[in-house]
Parts: sequence; C-alpha cells; structure tokens
Amino acid sequence: MLIGKKPDILSSEITPRAIFENRRRFIKAAGFGAAAGLIASAGFVPSLASAANTRQKIASFNKTAYGKEEQLTSYDDITTYNNFYEFGTSKSDPAVHSRLFKPTPWTLSIEGEVKKPRKISIEDIFKLAPLEERIYRMRCVEGWSMVIPWVGFPLSKLIQYAEPTANARYIEFISLADPKSMPGVRVPILDWPYREGLRMDEAMHPLTIMAVGLYGEVLPNQNGAPIRLVVPWKYGFKGAKSIVGLRFTEKMPVTAWMKAGPSEYGFYANVNPEVEHPRWSQSTERRIGGGLFSPRIKTRMFNGYADEVGQLYAGMDLRKNF
Amino acid sequence: MFFRQPDKSQLTRIRFLLFLLALMPLARLIWLGATESLGANPIEFIERSTGTWALVMLLIALALTPIRLLTGIAWPIQLRRMAGLFMFFYACLHFTSYLWLDHWFDWSEISKHIIKHPYVLVGFLAFVLAVPLALTSSNTMMRRLGGRWKLLHRMVYPIAILAVLHFWWLVKKDIREPLFYAVVLLLLLGVRVLYAGRKQLKTQTTSKIQAHNSSA
Ligand code: HEM
Ligand code: HEM
Repeated sequence: MLIGKKPDILSSEITPRAIFENRRRFIKAAGFGAAAGLIASAGFVPSLASAANTRQKIASFNKTAYGKEEQLTSYDDITTYNNFYEFGTSKSDPAVHSRLFKPTPWTLSIEGEVKKPRKISIEDIFKLAPLEERIYRMRCVEGWSMVIPWVGFPLSKLIQYAEPTANARYIEFISLADPKSMPGVRVPILDWPYREGLRMDEAMHPLTIMAVGLYGEVLPNQNGAPIRLVVPWKYGFKGAKSIVGLRFTEKMPVTAWMKAGPSEYGFYANVNPEVEHPRWSQSTERRIGGGLFSPRIKTRMFNGYADEVGQLYAGMDLRKNF
Repeated sequence: MFFRQPDKSQLTRIRFLLFLLALMPLARLIWLGATESLGANPIEFIERSTGTWALVMLLIALALTPIRLLTGIAWPIQLRRMAGLFMFFYACLHFTSYLWLDHWFDWSEISKHIIKHPYVLVGFLAFVLAVPLALTSSNTMMRRLGGRWKLLHRMVYPIAILAVLHFWWLVKKDIREPLFYAVVLLLLLGVRVLYAGRKQLKTQTTSKIQAHNSSA
C-alpha cells in the first residue's frame, strides 16, 4: 500500500497529480451502519478515511542524513491516523473532514516582540530557505509513534526573517480556527484557536522545523496544511498545524492543552519515559504499521534525541517541568 | 406478536437468531483483520471495539427490566442471561487483547499500568466483579445459591457504573461518547428507582389505610 514514489523523479515545478485510489479500507461493514451512525467511535468505524485525492509533488528539496536508518511509516497510515481536533476528535476524522479544506491562499502573520509586525504568504515562505527532507520519529502522548519523512526548513530561518526583539523569550504558534471549513471547531472541545509554544532556544534548535510536506509531496490537509511545526523530541501535540500566527512573547504562552488539562499537559511536553501521564503509560510505545503481533518498543528520553537537545534542559527538574 | 409471550420453540428460535447477531461484532473483527482493514492501529481498534461491545451488551441486559416496567412486556427478560454472558464474552476478548496484543503478557508492566492509571483500574474492577456472575450463571448454581444468588447479581449495577467510568476516564477531552452511555445507564437505573419508589409508596399507603381502618 506504500505509495511513496521516491522524489528522485522530480518535475521542475509543482505539478498537480490526481491520484484516485479505491481502497479496500473503504469497507463500511454494511449492517453496522445504524449502530455506527449512532455512536461513531474508533471501535465501531474502521478507517473510512483515505488520503486526499489530489497530491502534489514538491519540486525540489535536499535529502539529509536525519533518520536514514529508520523504517518509514506508510503514507497511508500517516495520512489516515491523525489527531487534528479541528477536523474531529476521532483518528479517522481529519482525513475525511479536511477534504474540502483550502490551504491556499494562506498568509502567516508575525506579531508581538518583533521589529515590525508583518505578514508573509505561503509562496514566500517556500522561498525563505532551501527545503530539506527530515526523517523524524514522532511520539504521540497517547503511546503510539510513527516515522515520518517531513519536508520543511528550520524554524530558525523563519525567526531570522521575523526579526524578534531582545524581549522575545518565547514563541506562540496560533492555528487556524475556521468553523466554516473546520467542523471540529464548531464543538468547544478545546478553547479555539489551538495554541502551542516554544522557548526561544528550543525554537532556534536545528532539529525544530516548519514542515510544508511529507513523502516528497505538499503537506496533506489532515497533516496540517499548508504549514506546521515539528519538534521531534516533544510529544506530537506540540506540533501546531495549519499555522496562521507566530507571536513572539516575553512570558511563557499558555497552550491549548495546558488550558484543557493543566495537570496532564505541561508547556514543555518533552518525551520522557519516566514521567507517567495519568492516562497513558509513557515507558513504552506502539510503532504504527507493525501489525497485530508486534510488541511495544521502549520509549527513549527526548524520543531518542537526547544527545542533540539534552543540554537545553540542563539543571531543570523535568518532573515538575513536564 | 411482540407483546405476546412466544412459545417454547419460538423462544428457541429467537435465542438462536440473537445468538448469531451477538456474534456479528466478533465476526466483523475477524473479517476486517483477515482483509487488513483494521486501520493504522489495529490493536487499538480491537481493544476499543471489544470494550464497546461489552458495554453495549451490559446495557442491553440492563434494559430488559425497564422494558417490562414501562411496557409490561416481560418475556425478553428470558434473554437476559444471554446478554449478560455476551457482555462477559466481549469483556474477556477485551481483556485478552489488552494482556496479549497490547502488552504481551509483560506482567510487571501490566500490574504497574493497572495500578497507576485510574481508568484501567476501574475497568479491571468491573471485569473482576463480573467473573462471579458468569461463574454462577448456570441453573444449578442459581438453585444452589438461592437468595444469595440474587444478592450476588445486584453486583451488575456497580459493574455498569464502573464500566462507564472506565470509558469516561480514558477519553482525552471529547466526552460525548461516554456521556451517551452514561445517560443511557442513568435512564435505565432511573426507571428502576422510580418504580421502586412508587411501589414503596403504594405499600406504605395501603398499610396506612389498613392501619387506619383497623383502628377505626
Ligand atoms: C467490564 C469490563 C469492561 C468494560 C465494559 C470495558 C469497556 C471499555 C470501553 C467501552 C472502552 C472504550 C472503547 C472506545 O474508546 O471506543 C474501553 C477501552 C479500554 N479498556 Fe476496557 N472495559 C472493561 C474492562 C477492561 C479491563 C479489565 C482492562 C484492562 C485491565 C481494560 C482496558 C481498556 C483499555 C486499555 C482501553 C483503551 C483502549 C484504547 O483506547 O487504546 N478494560 N473499555
Ligand atoms: C447464565 C447466567 C445468568 C442468569 C441465569 C442470569 C439470570 C438473572 C436473573 C434471574 C436476574 C434477575 C435478578 C433480580 O431481578 O433481582 C438477573 C439479573 C441480572 N443479571 Fe443475570 N444472569 C446470568 C448471568 C449474567 C451475567 C454474566 C451478567 C453480566 C455481567 C448478568 C447481568 C444481569 C443483569 C444486567 C441483571 C439485571 C438486573 C436488573 O435488571 O435490575 N447476568 N440475571
């Protein structure tokens, strides 16, 4: 089922390519329809989702050494098993409900502690820095993980462009919350819009990227089109999707999940097998794509990126600052 | 025909049909598994599906008394044991998928997990409490236990409350689905309380009237 045509065969521009796939996953299990309609849970309805039917290759990007040794999670799994509450709270919702979402035109507004607030279009963002492929592990707070070949650029490049003042100690990321195109926003599950945040040194770290694609293609809607944050040593929810605002602040921003459950979700949210979450065990994880009979794997400190990022937290009590 | 008590052979046929129907969720899981259609996280899918169906069967078992109270249709009560046992059947599959597929019988990890996470703990409690019900569900056991059997089976109420709590505590933020089950359970228990209250009131007034009459 893996479609990832390797991006070696690159056209010189972004070419729309319509790919329709009739998936067996579309099985709706007739006869369960009534029950499923009543209570549509993950337990009742299997992935009705299929990837968006138009996929665009990204014209050019550089390969990097990051994650070369990892076995990639399939395109199908990455694009049908998503937490993106703006499009619904079940994992299969985003792929279904984001089909009509239009990620262009798009502008990102840069605000707060910057020399001059300004807006930048997604086209200009694409030109900000050379795009590169980064293969990163992604560990969700719910105890599962994937390996995703992102295409993006270091967030530091966008920060340089934004020209923050000396007062800027944190960055707040603000996602789109459009009730018209995002059905999940009509339900007050979270205090919309979705907000995330990073400390400046975390944001400037070379591992932190803004992703605009995956598998060599333009980012699918359900994965946070047109631009999202990826911080591989933190739990997946830190990766704000469909970002419309970047605000530089002096004080630590309050994120959407901190507001929703302050005792469960902290600002840092670093992957840490020693700090339990009240709901999920964090010492192990399930790698998506392993099938029915693959055991869990051990979760690593900072999701295995401790060598690169450990020094950012030297001297901090990571139990308190979870 | 729904209102009439079915005769013995009809009841056998109804039982047989419902038996097959109640096996459909399992058949579907096997089918989806065989066609690799369980989605990106098949283990989670199986765990959720079997848990959901255990809860649904439990609520069906609990719905039969309110149906009798509200409509006077009593014969479905004869199907209650089946519903109860199917609840236990899906709970066993649920627990097995947790122990085996999810945790590979890693007992030290499992025991830590059960103790540390409240939602798993209440699910575990619900399951443990259901075991004696299933074990004493034969006619022989019923007869042998007599009045105590009935007392034992009252355990089904705490089991149901724990099961809903289990679901409630496990969801991250969107509580709409456990809320739905909680409301159903509340209604099913509420009908009983209402009727119990009324019955008590009736007996009280009758005895009062009797007392009044005899003193006069
Ligand atoms: C009377 C017994 C039980 C009932 C009725 C029950 C019911 C449920 C229900 C309704 C769900 C949620 C399904 C969904 O999200 O759609 C669930 C999930 C779950 N149950 Fe149970 N359960 C029972 C016993 C247990 C036991 C004994 C354990 C383990 C010790 C357990 C572990 C779990 C786990 C880990 C999940 C979460 C699956 C996931 O989201 O990944 N349950 N259960
Ligand atoms: C073969 C086994 C079983 C038999 C013969 C049986 C029979 C009965 C009977 C006669 C009652 C009525 C008690 C009363 O009115 O106070 C009852 C109650 C109940 N039992 Fe069972 N049962 C069996 C197994 C189970 C199991 C395994 C469960 C689920 C864990 C279960 C769930 C229930 C429920 C939901 C009630 C109803 C309580 C109410 O409506 O107020 N039963 N059962």
